Amino acid sequence: MHHLGTGTLNNLILLIIYFGMEPAEVNLMSVESNRKPKMHAVHKILAAAAGKEFVQPGEIITAKVDIAGINDVYLIVVKSFREMLGEKVWNPSKTYIFLDHNTPASDLRVAEAHKAFREFAGEQGCHLVEINEGIGHNLLPERGLVRPGEIIVITDSHTPIHGAFGAFATGLGATDIAAVLIDGATWFKVPEVVNVRLTGKPRRNITAKDMALQILGKLGPDFGIYKVIEFSGPVVGTLSMDERTVLTVMGTEMGAKSTYIKPDKITLDHITQRTSDSFTVHTSDTDFEYAEEYEFDVTDLRPQVALPHSVDNVRNVEDVEGIPIHQVFVGSCTGGKRHDIEIVANALKGKKIAPTTRLVVTMATQNIIRESIENGNYQILLDAGACITSPGCGGCSGLLGGIIAGGERCVSTANRNFPGRMGGSVDAEVYLASPATAAATALTGKLTSPDGDKRA
Amino acid sequence: MKITGKVVVYNHDNISTDQIYPSPYGYIQDPGEMAEHVLEGADRTLKDRFKNVGKIFVTGSNFGCGSSREFAVIVLKESGVRAVIAKSAGRIWYRNAVNLGLPVLFCDTLSDSIREGNEIEIDFEKGIIREIATGSIHRCKVPGVFIMEIYKEGGIKQLMRKKAQKRV
Repeated sequence: MHHLGTGTLNNLILLIIYFGMEPAEVNLMSVESNRKPKMHAVHKILAAAAGKEFVQPGEIITAKVDIAGINDVYLIVVKSFREMLGEKVWNPSKTYIFLDHNTPASDLRVAEAHKAFREFAGEQGCHLVEINEGIGHNLLPERGLVRPGEIIVITDSHTPIHGAFGAFATGLGATDIAAVLIDGATWFKVPEVVNVRLTGKPRRNITAKDMALQILGKLGPDFGIYKVIEFSGPVVGTLSMDERTVLTVMGTEMGAKSTYIKPDKITLDHITQRTSDSFTVHTSDTDFEYAEEYEFDVTDLRPQVALPHSVDNVRNVEDVEGIPIHQVFVGSCTGGKRHDIEIVANALKGKKIAPTTRLVVTMATQNIIRESIENGNYQILLDAGACITSPGCGGCSGLLGGIIAGGERCVSTANRNFPGRMGGSVDAEVYLASPATAAATALTGKLTSPDGDKRA
Repeated sequence: MKITGKVVVYNHDNISTDQIYPSPYGYIQDPGEMAEHVLEGADRTLKDRFKNVGKIFVTGSNFGCGSSREFAVIVLKESGVRAVIAKSAGRIWYRNAVNLGLPVLFCDTLSDSIREGNEIEIDFEKGIIREIATGSIHRCKVPGVFIMEIYKEGGIKQLMRKKAQKRV
C-alpha cells in the first residue's frame, strides 16, 4: 500500500529542477505550473488514494482507506453492514474495533453491544482493542500505526487528531463506515486548506491546549468547517508529538474535516521507533495558495479557559479565577496523555487536592498507567486524593467515569463543553482548560491560574 | 426532488449532537423511545412541535456540530422530520444525513424570515425554497449530482444493496 505517489515524484523532480535551474528552465517551470493545479500535501494524499494525478478542492473523489475504525458506541455499523448485504470486511488487518468508550461495560445494554462486537471481530478476523487497553486515538500512534500519507476513517469525530502525523484522518458516521468495511474506500469532497501559523515563544505553564483555546476564542467553532486546518510555524516545530495532537484534536472543535502538521524529524523519529513499515511523506507545492491564513503570536499568551457552554467562549483564566469547581477531570484523547499526566503529577507532588473538590484522572492508555506506576506519578496522584479510573473515553463522552450532576461545575482537560456533554444534565457546566490549570484548580477547589503568585 | 410542508423554526447556531440526542440515550434501540428525546438538550417543546406543527426543521448555522453519532440524524427521522434547512451544518452530521436519506439544504436567509407553521416548497435540484403564502423565493446551494443520487435512492444502504445485488 505504501507506494510512492505520483504527486511526490513530480514534486521531487520539480525540486531537483529548482536547485539546478538555469533562467530558461525557470520559464519552463512557470509554464508547467500554469497547467497543473498547485496541490497541498493533503491533496496529494487524496490523489494517491484515488489513483489520480491531481485533485482540486470541490471535486468529489473515491479514495482507498488505510485504517477503518469503529468504537463501541456504534454497533449500528454491524447492523448496517448486514443490511448492505456485507459478508466479509474488505481487509481485516486494516479494520479496528475499539472497545474504548463505555468500558468496562456500565450496564446490560453496553455489555450486549460489547459481546456482539467481540463476535463480529472473531468472525471477521479483524483487530479488537479490548476494554483494558485504552483510547483508540492514542493507541494507534503509540503503536506506530499512524503514518504520513495514510487515510484513516473512524466512527469518531476526534479522528482528525491523526493529522499530527501527516495523515489524512476524519470521522465518519456508522453507516458510512459500514460501506467502507465492504468497499475499502469512501467518497470525499476534496477540501480547501486553512493555514494557522503559531509564532513567538510561549511563557512557562503555557501548553498546546492554551494555544488551541486561543485560536477557538478568536476564530470560533466553525471556521474550519469542511476544510483541512494545517498548524504550522516555529512554535509547532518545538512541540512534542503529544502536544501536537492537542492542536489537531482540537481542530475538530474548530469544525475541521481533517488537520495537518507537516512531518519533521520529531514525527519521523516517533514513527520509525515504532514501526519498520514504509510510508510516503507528501509535500505541499511551494507556491500552494491556502484558502485562508491566520497567524497567532503566543509570546504573551496567558492560560486559557473555555467557559460553558461553547468551545469558543474563551477567557484568560486569571480574569475569571475563583469560580467554585466541584470536579476536575484529567483525561480523554486530548488531555489524558503522558505529557498531561506529568504536568498534573508535578503540580500535585506532595500536596492534597482541596476538600471541596474531587479529581478524576483517566489516563488515555494502559501503557501510560504502566509508566506512571514506574516513574512514581501514579503514587503522587493517589496521595493527592485523585480517583484514578481505567483508561478510556468515558468521562469526556459522558458515558461513565466522571459524570457530573445538574448545577455542578467541572474543569476538564478534554475537548468539549456543550450543554449535557458530561452525562446529560444541561445544567452542568464544563470548563475546558490545560492540565496545568486543571492541577492548580484541583489544589484550591476554585478555577485557578497555574501562574499563581509568580504572575508577571 | 421536491418536498412541501410546514416548518418548525429553531433559529439558533451551533446546536451540537449532544443537544440533538444526549449521549446517555445512545444504547436505546426502540425508535419511538428515541424520538421522545429529540433535541432535548436544546428545547424540549420541539418534540411536540414536530408532531403538531410541521415536519420541515429550519435552523441556524453549524447545526449538528460535535460528535459523529448517527443517532443525531436517526432521531430526527424517527420524529417525523422530512427535511432540514440550516445556514450550515457540522460536516459529519451532514454526511450522516445524506447517507441516511434525510434531505438537507443550506440557506442563509430562510431561518431569519420564516415563521413557524408556514408552508414551504423545496426544490432540491434547483436549490430553491418558495414560501407558499407569500411566494417569496430563497436561493440555496445545490447539493450536487453525487449527493442527489444518494437522496434519490433513499440513502447509502439502498445504494450499496443495489451494488451488492448487481455483483451476485
